[in-house]
Parts: sequence; C-alpha cells; structure tokens
Amino acid sequence: MLSIRNLKAKVEDREILKGINLEVKAGEVHAIMGPNGSGKSTLASVLAGKEGYVVTEGEVIYKGKNLLELSPEDRAREGIFLAFQYPVEIPGVSTTNFLKTAISEKRKYLGLAPLSSVEFLKMLKSKAKLVEIETDMLSRSVNVGFSGGEKKRNEIFQLAMMNPELSILDETDSGLDIDALRIVAEGVNKLKSPDNAFVVITHYQRLLNYIIPDYVHVLNDGQIVTSGGKELAFKLEELGYDWVEQLADNK
Amino acid sequence: MENEEILEKISDSEYKYGFSNDFELDAAPKGLTEDTIRFISAKKEEPEFMLNWRLKAYRHWLKMVEPKWANVHYPPINYQDIIFYSAPKNAKKLNSIDDLDPEIKKTYDRLGIPLVEQNFLAGVAVDAVMDSVSVATTYKEKLGELGIIFCSMSEAVQLHPELIEKYLGSVVPYLDNFFATLNSAVFSDGSFVYIPKGVRCPMELSTYFRINAANTGQFERTLIIADEGAYVSYLEGCTAPMRDENQLHAAVVELIALDNAEVKYSTVQNWYPGDKEGKGGVYNFVTKRGICYKNAKMSWTQVETGSSITWKYPGVILKGDNSIGEFYSVAMTNNYQQADTGTKMVHMGKNTKSRIVSKGISAGHGNNSYRGLVKVTKNADNVRNYSQCDSLLMGDRCGAHTFPYFDIKNSTAIVEHEATTSKISEDIMFYCKQRGISQEDAVALIVNGYAKEVLNQLPMEFAVEAQKLLAISLEGSVG
Repeated sequence: MLSIRNLKAKVEDREILKGINLEVKAGEVHAIMGPNGSGKSTLASVLAGKEGYVVTEGEVIYKGKNLLELSPEDRAREGIFLAFQYPVEIPGVSTTNFLKTAISEKRKYLGLAPLSSVEFLKMLKSKAKLVEIETDMLSRSVNVGFSGGEKKRNEIFQLAMMNPELSILDETDSGLDIDALRIVAEGVNKLKSPDNAFVVITHYQRLLNYIIPDYVHVLNDGQIVTSGGKELAFKLEELGYDWVEQLADNK
Repeated sequence: MENEEILEKISDSEYKYGFSNDFELDAAPKGLTEDTIRFISAKKEEPEFMLNWRLKAYRHWLKMVEPKWANVHYPPINYQDIIFYSAPKNAKKLNSIDDLDPEIKKTYDRLGIPLVEQNFLAGVAVDAVMDSVSVATTYKEKLGELGIIFCSMSEAVQLHPELIEKYLGSVVPYLDNFFATLNSAVFSDGSFVYIPKGVRCPMELSTYFRINAANTGQFERTLIIADEGAYVSYLEGCTAPMRDENQLHAAVVELIALDNAEVKYSTVQNWYPGDKEGKGGVYNFVTKRGICYKNAKMSWTQVETGSSITWKYPGVILKGDNSIGEFYSVAMTNNYQQADTGTKMVHMGKNTKSRIVSKGISAGHGNNSYRGLVKVTKNADNVRNYSQCDSLLMGDRCGAHTFPYFDIKNSTAIVEHEATTSKISEDIMFYCKQRGISQEDAVALIVNGYAKEVLNQLPMEFAVEAQKLLAISLEGSVG
C-alpha cells in the first residue's frame, strides 16, 4: 500500500529525514520508535503533506500513486488519516459538523452518493461507542475544552468515522494515562482489518503492549537504523536509545 | 457657504452601466440648491409641512462641516456633482428569469435565493410572474385586515401625514449629523411601517413585498412605529450583490417602540464593494437609531459584507424603564474595504439592559473598526450592559481596531466588556485539510462558527443566505 524509497526532507533548511525506506502492506501494523529529534513527527508531517516541509530526494508511492504530488486534502480523500500529536481546537465548529463536511467531501471525491442524515447519525453513534465518547460531546466545538486524553480519543473517533486505509498515529500515547491508553488502543484494535494499515509512531514501548505491531522500525537521526518484529520493542525498552545510537554509529 | 471640495472621479466605466447623459424631464440638474429641494418636494407632491422640514434641514446643512473622525479614508465628495432626484426609471424589464445574465443568476443560486425573489431582483416584469403578484397581494390583504400600514415613505407622506409629522425626525432629528441632515433635506424614498396597538405583525416585512418598489435611491428614509404592545420584524436589504450608479448612500432609519412594544430590524448589506484594487464601490454612511419606551425591546442585527466604506452605528435610546436594546453585527472587510461601525446604547430609564455582540472579519487589505458607546445617564438606576467585540483576522495585511466608549454617570450600573482577536491559524487549516476538507470549505466552516451567534438572530431563510454570503465574500482571501 505504501512504499517509501530513500525519502529525504528538510524543514527551514535543516535536513531531518536522511533517506527513509519503508514498505507497508494492507493488514499490517508498523511501529516507528526513536529518540526525540529522530524525525518521527517529520515523517508523519511529510506523509500528510504539511506545508513547510521540502522533500529533497526520494519518492513515496501510495496505492500506486505518487503521493508527493497530491495536495493534503486529496491525500486525505485517498484514505490517509493522521492522528495528530497535538490536536488543535476549532472554536465554533462542532465535531459533528466538522466530520459531516469531511465525509461529504471525501465521498464526492470518490464519486459516491452523499450519506443521508439518518445514516450519518447512525454511524456517529456506533463509532462514538467504540471510543467510549458521549454523543453530547460531539456537539461541542472540536477539541475546545477537551482534556489531553479526550483530544486523543477524539482523534481515534474521527479515524473511525473517516474509515481510512492508511492511518498514521503520531505519538497518540503521549500524555495519556493508563485508562485513556487502553481505550485508544482498543479502538484501534477494533478498527484493524485486512484492508487497512497502521503506522504507529511512539516514543515508548508501552502502547505496543496493547497495539501489537507486525514490524518495529527504529529511527535515529533521520534514518531507520534497524527493523524487526515486536520483540525489538522490548529490546529497545531494555537497552535504551543509547543502544540505537551505537547501532547507528556502527553503520 | 457651498461645499467647495472637488471630486475625483473614482468609479470606473464598468461600474456605470446603464447611465445615460440625457436628463429625462424627471430628473433634477446636478447639484444642491434650495430649488433642488423644492423640485424634489413638488415632484413627490408633498404637503407643505414636509417641504418646510426639508428646507430647514438644508439650511442647517449649509452650516455644517463633514465629520472626519472615523477610521476610514476617502477622497472628498463633491456634493455639487450629484443628482439629487431622479424619478423611478422604468428599468429594462426582462420577460423571464432566463433572460438574466448567467453570471448573476449563478450568484443568486449560490446564495440560495428563492426563485420568486430572484425574479423580483432581476426585474422580471411583474405581470410575467404570477407568483410574486399573488404572493404580494395576499400579503397586502392580510396586513390590511390587521390595520398594519406598510407602504413607501412617499405614499405615507401623502396618505398618513399626521403620523409622519408626529414621528419623522423624532429619533434622528434633522440636525443630528452631517449626513442625516443631508438626508432630511433630500431623502428620496424608503419604507413606512405602523403597527397598531397590541398587534403582532404576522410576517417578516421586507421591501421585497412592496411591489413596484421604486429604486429608493441613495438617500433612503425609513420610519417604523410599533404602537403600544405591538411587534414587528423588518428585513432590509438582501444577499444579492447590489449595484447602484450612485456612490453615496446616506440613509436614515428611525425605529419607535412604544410601551411594551418590540421592533426587530435585520439588515443584510451587500452593496458593490469596489474592485479588487479598491476602486469604486458604494459609501454606506447610515444613521440608524431607535427609541424604546417602557418595557419595550429593540434589536438591530446586521450582516455587512458589501460597500467600499461602511460607516454606521445603529443605536437604541433606552428611554423607558425596563427597556432592552440589542445589537448583533457581523462586518466583513475584504480587499480594500473599510468599516467603522458599532452601536450606541443610551440608558436613560431605570433597569434597562443592553447587549452588544460585534464580530468583525478582516481579510485582504480590509480595515475594520468597532466603535461603540455605552452611555448611562445620572438617573438610570440598575443598568446592565454586556458587550463582546471579536475580531478575526485573515492574513497579515488587514486591520482590526476597537474603540469602545463608556460614559457611566450612575454608580449602580453593571457594565461588562470582552474583546478577542484571533486569526485562522495555519495549524487549523492543515487540520481541516488533513480530514479532506478543502481550504474554502474550511474557511466557510470556521467563519460560520465564528459568526453563528449573530446569524442565529436573523430570520431563518435570511440566515441561510447570509451564511452562504459570508463564504462567498471570503473566496480567495486565504492563501
């Protein structure tokens, strides 16, 4: 589904990604771990098409298309979802209204008939249950007055509603307590299917106890220095990021 | 003591479509003299008292100086270069809506204007449209049964002179300010509404329903009276972009709510704002004021997206005890538009309340100022006022300013003022885009959320059109 080849990118003239290679197939869960400044969030931003990031080399093929040529909106409509590390607040716009607009634009792009209000409400209720969100919270402005945990849960709720093919979770676990973590992870696990894929970016191994990855990649200084199965996460926890830097130096 | 300033022709030729140099017999020559006033009054066949009032105003105007304190800038106006009276021209009538310029039709459709109204706006010959004739006729009958008077100002001066003599100028006296005085001298036409005691007007009144509503011209004068215990809701303007060959619009609107009455006045203004470089465009210098007697209520709601310059302070004199005044406004300035607008709430009675919600949106090179006055006189006990002025800046070349004035002479008053300034951050835009929402739809969503509190005050159909109007007016402003 996603093919990243030798991706190099810079922001404000500083090169952050220095040659990323990654293959993600449908049905897979990939974890990307790494110390602060390794480029984890930059990778997420570049894939989502955030302004200010310049790709200097390499390519990204998504579902056979050149992803880097698509606008951020089109990437979203093609089925890419980014769960933000720091979700913004949008005063005056209810979550319900927000998602209605998003879903309607995606369906139009794909040539699908719009959802009726009844169908939309039904979907809203069932997905809200998935992440244990009260429906009356949805009529409040997006993320306004939400706690950190509620914001992250709202991201997963939106994920559930948008039904993407490739979901990128950017440090979704940061700032979450154990209960919030459990709810978020359970939500993701329920949404996993053979037709979609997840790229879970995290600093800590803890989340991966709940969302079991098929592959773990360790990022250091803009490059993936090692990859493995889920046991790699435990090894990393045990040995710390110093070990990773050693690996990188040895390379 | 004539005005000596010289006009620079600002409007470009594209804007002056339909203008002809042949003076029809029904138009006054350019310029303003006492003869012009007499000409206007004679043409309208006005009673003596009306002519005298006009002349009084004109003579006073000659002694006045045009005010320059507003935060708006424009080249000097040459009052001798304006035609102060032209008879309602028989505008070229279309035979059907299909004959309308497709671009204009597209705008009407995007705004969601009902087809019946589109016919009216486009000037489709009335007898060619059965709907609008029958709708307006049923309307007139219904109002007549209730004793409600709703007609043009010109008709009112002839048919109801006693009401005009009693109330005209009672809220905005002829010497109030430079533009109101000018209006008093040369006002062309407008609406007159009288609601009898205890009557609740059953429908929203708007100029649309006055068939054969003439081009009210640039000096519109409206007077609305709600007698004791009456209720009326009046809509002025429309979302459709309005062009006019006259640049200066100096209207005066007076509202009177007698004891226990309520008047709701809503405006959606989309006069030609000038081109993208700021050339041309209407100057909307308006004086609007209402007076509330005991237990009366009055609210002004405005959505101002057009005009090159908007200068107005719809206000309420809360004369009677327990009266309530409200002001809700969304004022948008894009490209090179300027606005200096706000309200004046004057608390004279005891236990009076006022509420002010002003939402400014600045985009492009627009310059938007809120100017508000909350005045509490010495004997006005237990006054409560709440004001909220918000500014939304889109881009980094526009301006937003706030000039709140509080003149409180009674120590029991409770006055609250909140102000916020915000912009649509890049982070919010990216968040929307990452959910597949296009930039334009994201702006529309956000702006509507921002303006919601004001739009909710409008009658529903108007609110839906106003929402679309905001989105359309902001097109191309972000990025």
